[in-house]
Amino acid sequence: MNPRLDMDRIIDDRRTRIIVCCGSGGVGKTTAAAAIGLRAAERGRQVCVLTVDPARRLAQSMGLTSLDNTPRLIEDVDRTAGGSLYAMMLDMKRTFDEIVEAHADPVRAAQILANPFYQSLSSSFAGTQEYMAMEKLGQLRRSNEWDLIVVDTPPSRSALDFLDAPERLGRFLDGRLIRVLTSPAKATRPFTKVLNAGFSMMTGALTKLLGAQVLRDAQTFVTALDTMFGGFRERAEATYRLLQAPGTSFLVVAAPEPDALREASYFVERLDEERMPLAGLVLNRVHRSPGTRLSAARSLAAAETLDTIQNDAVAPAEANGCTVAAAALRLHAAHMSLSERERRVAGAFTSAHPAVPTLEVPALPADVHDLAGLRSIGAAMGPPLEGGSPGRAGVA
Amino acid sequence: MTARDTDWDGVRLHVVTGKGGTGKTTVAAALALALAHSGRKVLLIEAEGRQGIARLFDQPPLPYEERKIAIGPGEADDGRDPGGDVYALAIDPEGALLDYLQMFYNMRSAGHVLTRLGLVDFATTIAPGLSDVLVTGKATEAARRRQQGSGYVYDSVVLDAPPTGRVGRFLNVSAEVSGLAKVGPIRTHADTVARVIKSPQTAVHFVSTLEEMPVQEALDGIAELRGVPGMQVGGVVINMAQPAVLSREELKAAPDVPGMAKALAAAGLHTTDVLAAALADELAEHARHVELQDRERSELEAAGQPIYELPMITEGIDLAALHRLAAELRDQGAA
Repeated sequence: MNPRLDMDRIIDDRRTRIIVCCGSGGVGKTTAAAAIGLRAAERGRQVCVLTVDPARRLAQSMGLTSLDNTPRLIEDVDRTAGGSLYAMMLDMKRTFDEIVEAHADPVRAAQILANPFYQSLSSSFAGTQEYMAMEKLGQLRRSNEWDLIVVDTPPSRSALDFLDAPERLGRFLDGRLIRVLTSPAKATRPFTKVLNAGFSMMTGALTKLLGAQVLRDAQTFVTALDTMFGGFRERAEATYRLLQAPGTSFLVVAAPEPDALREASYFVERLDEERMPLAGLVLNRVHRSPGTRLSAARSLAAAETLDTIQNDAVAPAEANGCTVAAAALRLHAAHMSLSERERRVAGAFTSAHPAVPTLEVPALPADVHDLAGLRSIGAAMGPPLEGGSPGRAGVA
Repeated sequence: MTARDTDWDGVRLHVVTGKGGTGKTTVAAALALALAHSGRKVLLIEAEGRQGIARLFDQPPLPYEERKIAIGPGEADDGRDPGGDVYALAIDPEGALLDYLQMFYNMRSAGHVLTRLGLVDFATTIAPGLSDVLVTGKATEAARRRQQGSGYVYDSVVLDAPPTGRVGRFLNVSAEVSGLAKVGPIRTHADTVARVIKSPQTAVHFVSTLEEMPVQEALDGIAELRGVPGMQVGGVVINMAQPAVLSREELKAAPDVPGMAKALAAAGLHTTDVLAAALADELAEHARHVELQDRERSELEAAGQPIYELPMITEGIDLAALHRLAAELRDQGAA
């Protein structure tokens, strides 16, 4: 059995400065991050939750009409332990604009901001959101206004994009290929003629594909950026180092579904390769096993028996008892097999990663609407209550 | 009964989207199976390389190649219906770019060299809308591809599209690209793709579970697409619904625990008092859940699109389950 993930130890440890919640889409990552942030704040930490998810309901559950690019204080948090909670939502275009404005003189900044290539890149390149999330995280960390930052990762097609995209954007903006574009003669000098031919073929193909105007916009943009500050890649690498530093904890969030746990598996392995500190797995939305352990098979058999009895029943009350009991037995059988299946699916993960601390958070009957809802999820992450659930230890 | 009407006669390209975790890929696969009847040929396309389709059909990872992965159901009441064929294709932007270069410039081999030099990464980075145009372009090309002689190669194409949050941008390729490329071949290509997507031949279906956030996201997505002239919003597929085990009235009434205990004893079970109380708890929670589901369902109904409902399959999704879901979609008129 995997060790139980001790969430309170992580959030109570003052050396923990960043918690990154990652995992595939639709597993409740954002809600988990908010719940962890709230719990940490009510246990005395100065917390900022940075989310990339524009879910209005999350903002509303924290008493805000909407989240924006500036951390906002959340009222109604229990501050008796001396903590506080701020929340913000990443606006990637705004964050990118701010970097440009901070590093270039007003004229040049205006030039860059108006460039169509920049506008497209800053609002829709697949890696920009991840990159800007990391940039923002770095800013918040450096400001030292908060002693704990909880961040969730963008809803990428795969959880791994989040680790790769900053690298990719950095590599692109700083890369050899774009240098070829900006000054072909200089950049290709060290290469052989074969490569040279390859490059001119490539610019030819790009022109065919995109049209000369797109290439010109890109060239203007890169030249402007290049003189502004060198080394986008350096920034990406600095972010990477920040994530590897002690004080950062990665939490992998997954639902007990094969796809989500497969992603979680990849992620756990990848974090290990990159020597990034994995704190554990949060298995979210686990269906609690029902109050009685009567097996699915026996429940269904009894339900069938009741169907027969019901047909022979004389008194209506008796027949009604049979109908309700049979329905309840079938429902129970479905609950048992769902719970059994989740256990099997989770077991495949835990047996492959027996050392990863694991925490189960039970499925809630409804979505979270308020701080009380977030608080109860946080409580499920705390120490197990006497007598089992919520938050059974590990995964059997 | 092979020529009966469905809700989407005339639609050749079915785009399936939904919030992450709602079972979008499963629904796309079931829809493809449902469409593959009476000798029809259906292409199921995966737009984001997660190889979810291969896993669903228990196949090794799909290459960038259209290959047959399943046989659709014949109709039981009509011994002559041979069923149809489901082909699958996992699109990646790189393969689609090579395809594009081949199709328009006859330069596939040059394309391979360019790939090694990092062209694809570069080109799709330079023009963020480009990889979407290439992917939707491949889907629309397949939907319009004709055999020698006459007739279409595929009777229908089902596209497992990106999640709802990104689908508007994904489909609205022309607008995305026009911000960047005002003229040029890729612009022309994007406009061609857009003409197919914004035509009655294409419908965009939304998958949602009966939970608040997926429902909200589906409604937002529907509203967004309705704002794009020519775009056809398709059906709403409710996935993983839990059917009520009793009527709404019976669920509202507090369960008669002693009566249940008596019935359980009659069925030969033991410690029936404790058991009945535990089962009554489960029933009460189920009643609350059904009520929540009903509320979300009426939210979805208010959008005014055809609704299809697929049950939760607790054993997990395998080929048999896909066929079951496909039969549901057929029975409800989606295919």
